Amino acid sequence: MTNSISEFEHSNAYFVIGSNMTEAHPIIALRLKRGARYNGAKLVVADPREITLTKYATLWLRHKPGTDAALINGLMHVIIEEGLEDKAFIEDRTENITALKKVLKKYTPAFTEKITGVPQDKIIEAARIIGTEDKVAFFYAMGITQHVMGTENVMDVANLAMLTGNVGRPSTGVNPLRGQSNVQGACDMGGLFNYYPGYQRVDLEENWKKFSESWGCDTLSRDAGLPATAMINAAVEGTIKALYVMGENPMMSDPDIGHTEKGFKNLDFLVVQDIFMTETAAMADVILPATTYAEKDGTFTNSERRVQLLRQVIDPVGKSRVDWKIIMDLSTRMGRPMTYQNTAEIMDEIASVTPIYGGISHERLEKKGLQWPCPDKNHPGTPYLHKDKFSRGKGFFYPVDYHPPAELPDPEYPFLLTTGRMLSHYHTGTMTRRSKGLNEICPEGFMEIHPKDAGSLDIEDGEMVRVSSRRGTITVKAWVTRKVPPQVVYMNFHFAESAANRLTIAALDPMSGIAEAKVCAVRIEKLQLQETAV
Amino acid sequence: MNMVDLTINDKKIIVPAGSTILEAAQSAGILIPTLCYHKHLSPYGGCRLCIVEVEGIPRLVASCTTPVAEGMVVRTDSEQIRRNRKTIVELILSNHPNDCMVCEQNGRCKLQDLAYEFGLKEIRFQGEKSHYEIENRNPMIERDYNKCILCGRCVRMCDEVQGVGAVDFSKRGFQAKIATAYDGVLDCEFCGNCIGACPVGALTGKPSRFKGRSWEARKVRTICNYCGCGCSLILHAKGQDVIRVTQVEDDNCVNQGFMCVKGKFGFEYINHKDRLKTPLIRKNGTFVEASWDEALETVVDNLARIRKEYGNNSIGGLCSAKCTNEENYLFQKFMRTVIGTNNVDHCARY
Ligand code: SF4
Ligand code: SF4
Ligand code: SF4
Ligand code: FES
Repeated sequence: MTNSISEFEHSNAYFVIGSNMTEAHPIIALRLKRGARYNGAKLVVADPREITLTKYATLWLRHKPGTDAALINGLMHVIIEEGLEDKAFIEDRTENITALKKVLKKYTPAFTEKITGVPQDKIIEAARIIGTEDKVAFFYAMGITQHVMGTENVMDVANLAMLTGNVGRPSTGVNPLRGQSNVQGACDMGGLFNYYPGYQRVDLEENWKKFSESWGCDTLSRDAGLPATAMINAAVEGTIKALYVMGENPMMSDPDIGHTEKGFKNLDFLVVQDIFMTETAAMADVILPATTYAEKDGTFTNSERRVQLLRQVIDPVGKSRVDWKIIMDLSTRMGRPMTYQNTAEIMDEIASVTPIYGGISHERLEKKGLQWPCPDKNHPGTPYLHKDKFSRGKGFFYPVDYHPPAELPDPEYPFLLTTGRMLSHYHTGTMTRRSKGLNEICPEGFMEIHPKDAGSLDIEDGEMVRVSSRRGTITVKAWVTRKVPPQVVYMNFHFAESAANRLTIAALDPMSGIAEAKVCAVRIEKLQLQETAV
Repeated sequence: MNMVDLTINDKKIIVPAGSTILEAAQSAGILIPTLCYHKHLSPYGGCRLCIVEVEGIPRLVASCTTPVAEGMVVRTDSEQIRRNRKTIVELILSNHPNDCMVCEQNGRCKLQDLAYEFGLKEIRFQGEKSHYEIENRNPMIERDYNKCILCGRCVRMCDEVQGVGAVDFSKRGFQAKIATAYDGVLDCEFCGNCIGACPVGALTGKPSRFKGRSWEARKVRTICNYCGCGCSLILHAKGQDVIRVTQVEDDNCVNQGFMCVKGKFGFEYINHKDRLKTPLIRKNGTFVEASWDEALETVVDNLARIRKEYGNNSIGGLCSAKCTNEENYLFQKFMRTVIGTNNVDHCARY
């Protein structure tokens, strides 16, 4: 996020797209609800489903799944048409506006309505709110990134924010919401194929030199690494032979699990380090028992880039060990001794090689977290980014043209399936489904389907149905509801017995390697009587 | 900002205009007992425990709802104030079960503290007692309104913070009770913030009941392990079991002490019987328990063999959005220095 959670209570308007915030980021949602209810902030929600946040919204734009960029372009078209853009900001702080305008030309309200299904008057009303309110904060999550045009969608949100001058000030900004406790940190730490810690590119000679030196290692690879999705492909093809998986469950979380399974089966050696026998661990050659957050100390970095201290509460259960000690042991056994005494010492090393974490130490975090960039020991941290300039100098408008998802419904697979998270469960369900109350709130997976579609398929509420895509088949309970529009069905991905990701597609966004988990085509069938009996 | 001068207990204080007397006193470190006041909620003025004397006003006023005025002279403690406060507490206790011994709130209950402060060994008033059925058919919260003191904090929490409005006051007078729309089973977001707001033991988290008394628990402040909001919370552990999660009370956190259902109630997996407790090695298709030495040597041998045979880039590593920064840092350092590959990534994007 470019901005901080506490600022959002004071925004004048919000634009939320592809983020089911009350379920996936409830505490940030509290700020928006309060802003909307008590400070008169206007809340514009763009989502194909009737998510909870729509109850608090000034305006709900129900666009068709996968048409996000078209919708955003439509909004920008109106903003420019009505002269509501922030001309001073565009002039001083950005470049390439002419190219953007050229692409936006065709996105008239009428054209945008045709692609997105959102009525023209709503597009205009939303554009006016975003164009005229002083401090507008933009939010998105996986709803716009898990698409073949995910990266472009993100750029388009940034275009909209820059066009209206909503960057570099408190209570505004482009704010991606991070789904897991330390996604931000895992990225910051160089848990990425193309970056060393702190987003230092691996393909720059100077960085290679710097890390070779600091790590005292002359065998750092100069080859490009593979993103996770490509590693799975490489495993299927047989060029990746071994995988070391720490605290991940791709056999549930990956789109198109069937494909992932093929890759894992093809491996020569798989080691999994985890706290439960996950679907992925079950395929391993060696399982190393690790610990939960209650059994360790260290730091997490949240969505607003705040690095915060975890503190150990109990000893590791059984013979399990904390992850960092396991890695140290492996490294030492393989000829590169690691001898950190504690996690504070590891953080000191991180600070020494990672400029954005340069001033961070456990000692400083004792009282309250620090938001990076925090380059030195006296730096107070950075609540919001791009204050006077963007990291690259001027903000660049990347014009984005809409193109449709990789797989759309057709006569054979007539429904569009979209997936997401729910409040009481988390990710692949390994933890929440083992917490009694949470599992009681929602013990099994379900598929939302509109009454009209349920009617024409003769499906009743609560009935088990078969859902198939070109990649797999599952059975799941139907929940007949108007939360989804006709022709669209929705599932959560937390449940192994009805794993939504058996159906989803691994079509990749060519720019980021993210797969299009949010849109694929499925067929829905009634189960035969004898099938229901078994 | 407009500032106002006033005197509380002979102390000169300057506060922003619009502050309440209670806030002014708190800013000067003067404690006034309260029950229905909550710093994140709108003032309610229901319990009258926070009464004070204001020069020129003949009756006692509730400090949590009365704004300060220029030149105001306030007393927060006097014989009369104490007498009144004591009576209020006695009245509450007269319709309160004598249940402290097995109450989950024992040791951290505001009513208990007040009874102790006023030395209330016996209650002068003996009156009718409420007899409400305990509602515990929802997944998370046991609701025992026999213990409720009608402070309304849960109602305001649910409405003003959570924006849900699952509970409200119903009926009046002696019949007054907090209830859901049809006075039935609670069906809400189960954020548990109302539990945190309840000053007594009327609302308790079911996953924590009878797992341990407040004073037996070690309390450690840490960060929630679920979503990317990064809420601060306090884990309570008895021995080696995590038994409860409570809110932090200060503002050095992103969540102002509020939590969601996962942060508040999603701790049972930590001590779940399914936890992996020993290394396992697959032998002839089944997992066999192994020592750490044996397991790690198997990993080392295989990784070394594969690297030798197929090259560094035939090995890949997936690190974790659920592990700490320090662990992810070491993991990628391991992949890059020991294995010698940039094949390291995680499922950030799902
Ligand atoms: S748990 Fe949360 S949503 Fe439910 S009644 Fe309490 S405050 Fe309201
Ligand atoms: S249940 Fe608790 S918080 Fe709610 S009114 Fe009663 S005493 Fe107050
Ligand atoms: S308490 Fe809820 S909102 Fe806060 S970090 Fe945990 S999961 Fe996220
Ligand atoms: S705290 Fe002031 S009336 Fe209750």
